[in-house]
Amino acid sequence: MTIDSKEMDPVTLVETPQAAEPGLFQSFLWLINPRLAVGLTILTVMGLGSFILPLFAPADPSVQATYMRNLPASGAHWLGTNALGQDIFWFLVFAIRNSLMLGVLVAVGVTIVATTVGLSAGYIGGRFERLVMLIVDTFITIPLLPILIILGSLIRGNTSFFTVGFIIIIFGWAWDARTVRSMALSIREREFINMARFSGANTAQVIIREVFPYVMAYTLVGFINTILFAINLEATLAVIGLSKVEVPTLGSIIFWALNYNALFTGHFLWLVAPIIASVTLFLGLFLTSTGFNAAFAERRGVQ
Amino acid sequence: MGALVYIAKRFGLYLAVLFIGLSITFLLPRLMPINPVDGYIGQIQSRANGALSAEAIAELRDNLENLYGLKGNLFTQYVDYMKRIVFSFDFGPSFTYFPQPVSQMLMAALPWTLSLLLTATVIAWTLGNLVGLVAGYFHKKKAASILEFVGILLYPIPYYILAVTVLLLLAYVFPVFPLSATFPVGQMSWEKVGMIIYNSLLPGITLVLAGFGWNILSMKALAVATTEEPYVIYARLKGASNWTRMTRYVFRNALLPQVTALALSLGMVFNGALLTEMIFSYPGIGLVMRAAATGGDYNVLYGAITISIIAVATAGLVIDLLYPLLDPRIRHK
Amino acid sequence: MISIKDLQVSYRLGTRTIHAVDGVTLNIPDGCIVGIAGESGCGKSTLMKAIYGDITSPMHLSRGSITYGLKSAQGRQVTAQNIREEWFKSISYVPQSSMNSLNPVIRIREQFIDFPGTDSNKKRVLERARAYMGKLGLPPEAMDSYPHQLSGGMRQRMMIGLATFFQPELIIADEPTTALDVVVQKDILMLLMELQEEMKNTILVVSHDMGVHYQVTHKMLIMYAGRVVEYGDTDSVFSNPQHPYTKMLIDSLPTIGDDSMRGLMASAAGASGDRAYRVEPILHEVKPGHFVAQAAAAPVAQSVGA
Repeated sequence: MTIDSKEMDPVTLVETPQAAEPGLFQSFLWLINPRLAVGLTILTVMGLGSFILPLFAPADPSVQATYMRNLPASGAHWLGTNALGQDIFWFLVFAIRNSLMLGVLVAVGVTIVATTVGLSAGYIGGRFERLVMLIVDTFITIPLLPILIILGSLIRGNTSFFTVGFIIIIFGWAWDARTVRSMALSIREREFINMARFSGANTAQVIIREVFPYVMAYTLVGFINTILFAINLEATLAVIGLSKVEVPTLGSIIFWALNYNALFTGHFLWLVAPIIASVTLFLGLFLTSTGFNAAFAERRGVQ
Repeated sequence: MGALVYIAKRFGLYLAVLFIGLSITFLLPRLMPINPVDGYIGQIQSRANGALSAEAIAELRDNLENLYGLKGNLFTQYVDYMKRIVFSFDFGPSFTYFPQPVSQMLMAALPWTLSLLLTATVIAWTLGNLVGLVAGYFHKKKAASILEFVGILLYPIPYYILAVTVLLLLAYVFPVFPLSATFPVGQMSWEKVGMIIYNSLLPGITLVLAGFGWNILSMKALAVATTEEPYVIYARLKGASNWTRMTRYVFRNALLPQVTALALSLGMVFNGALLTEMIFSYPGIGLVMRAAATGGDYNVLYGAITISIIAVATAGLVIDLLYPLLDPRIRHK
Repeated sequence: MISIKDLQVSYRLGTRTIHAVDGVTLNIPDGCIVGIAGESGCGKSTLMKAIYGDITSPMHLSRGSITYGLKSAQGRQVTAQNIREEWFKSISYVPQSSMNSLNPVIRIREQFIDFPGTDSNKKRVLERARAYMGKLGLPPEAMDSYPHQLSGGMRQRMMIGLATFFQPELIIADEPTTALDVVVQKDILMLLMELQEEMKNTILVVSHDMGVHYQVTHKMLIMYAGRVVEYGDTDSVFSNPQHPYTKMLIDSLPTIGDDSMRGLMASAAGASGDRAYRVEPILHEVKPGHFVAQAAAAPVAQSVGA
């Protein structure tokens, strides 16, 4: 019996593939997995669509009585018109755009606040951290909706659409701050920080080269989750009529539809279209978020 | 010993959170651009069409400021406020239903909210975790991916969409339930109780569906990870049955982080319950808040926020106190 | 006790098939402690799994057989097919130092009775177990505690107690002293030896620590790359190693007779260094009871196949 020592030797059992010089595309290839692909596709389509299409809108969809009321779906009105004389399709397109814009802006705001608070709490530690975390925990415990309801009733359409977003930032940063802090704590333990320091790099270099890639994963995922959260919250307010409901958002469509008893009058499309649009958008955001998560986790596992 | 320290810490945290929460609620109206007293007086004036004299208005303003606790400097207001809330649980009278005290209104609505919330959360959590456990333990089987998919589908859908969809499907497309429910109040009879349960099913289903998805997903991930643990592998090599391993080894251990996560998500669950009440006209705190919001009944609103904060914080405390019962590492040293 | 004939255990990695155990033929006698040594990846763990009957996909037995000289409590012959039912009855297992092998949320005594075992009367089992644990030097409260309340050494005693208390005829101990501190290691090893003398069963001890083997085993088995390199009485193998690989393993120890345990983590991992060995599957009896695989005339260079 001949023995091929190549097969025998445990050291050469697993062949290392030839490492070619990775191009720019290849260097991001590890990111792609099915979830992420589907999620990003949905988001790109909806995002681009909702920002580009409005340039072609025949009229401002929020103006009432532009068209005949309650027209069924047709070539002229793809989703028909509603009881207020607005074109449902265009209202929906603008709604998606506004919701997305609000979501992104709030996510930016929340991420800035949460990262600042969380990082400082995590790094500084001690009594400062305990105090900060107490505040964070309190904000987490305070149920957001009642606060928003009060504020909504006080403000009641007297201010701009973006005030709502601002309020969401003020009360919504807590959860992310908590996550950032745990991340900061685990970074503190990590060897590579010390190694970089010993090798003479200054703090900024350390942060950029070592900390940032690690943090990026969590930040990106958290960012997308916050978009989801913000869109949701605004829509929730709108559905109960406490946001500026004249502005088209995913929530306000539903508000008007419910208000005009779309169910009773059998005006399906008015209610169902935003539901499908919302679910798709959220699915897109969710898949993107978990897709990134999975990609980063796999990458970390390999390393 | 370790357990007592743990309890003391948690309780201390609870009190601190309550304190800060109440303080924020105190500051809220005072930081608003709109003075609720002015708002209310404005309403009265427009209704009275200028028939009120200047003295009447001044007197009204005076009364209102008293009722709202807006007299005196900030500090005395704060102390009075705290005293009122903590000792006599008094939020003042409602405006829309003057002079009915707010606390009475809220206390009548609270049991509805709590029962809906508790039932739905318990069901969603239990079902979701069980499904997630099985999906995670047998994660190599095809059926597991299907279950996970269900979770993925349900999880990102927000409460209001679920509520509206449930309404659409179960009250319109398949008219199993009424489109708008009526909830009998007053003297209870068996018939009324039956009606209540029947009408509560829609909001209940919505809440269960909303929580179900997340529980499945997180439990599945936890179960998969726990099954790889050395002690589960060792149990297998002892010859322990699949059932024993799944329940006493994987489940009992994966349960712990799930309980913690539940405690953290209570705020959101509460939000969802309020919203669902509003959409289904369920006579809980949510509905009271909505009516108060449109009617400008600020005392009710502030009272409702306070109760919400207390409810969520207390539920969190209860869960925190139950945790040592589940984890012997906290219980004994 | 165990008769292994030309055993091959393989799995697929991409398009290639890897033989974790590649042509092992061996007879393991009754009533002794057999040590299995070799570096990581040599196949010793897989061989143990095969003997224990725990080969699951993606691994499978691609060739050969294992015959057991064991009978179940009912008198039925134990074979590779029904060996699973004998787990913790006539054959048992001691895991690697058990920081984690006990369920942390359940009391230890429960973990003595949550598997089939040999006795269905749980109360009786517990009573006997308590008495037995006392013999092993564990305080009576130990069984009623939770795992985190015991020290590492006590926990490992528990594992040994669990594995031996049903009086199995074959015990497999997989790195039983790794991650234990040095003083405790000695205790555990002594315990194993005492138990074996009493019960007169067979214990297979897997370790990459040659010092462990030297102290405890009667016979030694050296493995490399899925094949047996050398096998014989421990004294004979240590004083007269025949195969260059064995020599290298033993050379990594401090001088024999040096009582200090320090440095006995002369891990064979990496002992082969830059050399690769060609190992024939056929063993030649060099002395009575001392078998060696034919060594290549000279070490083969590493760069094969790169």
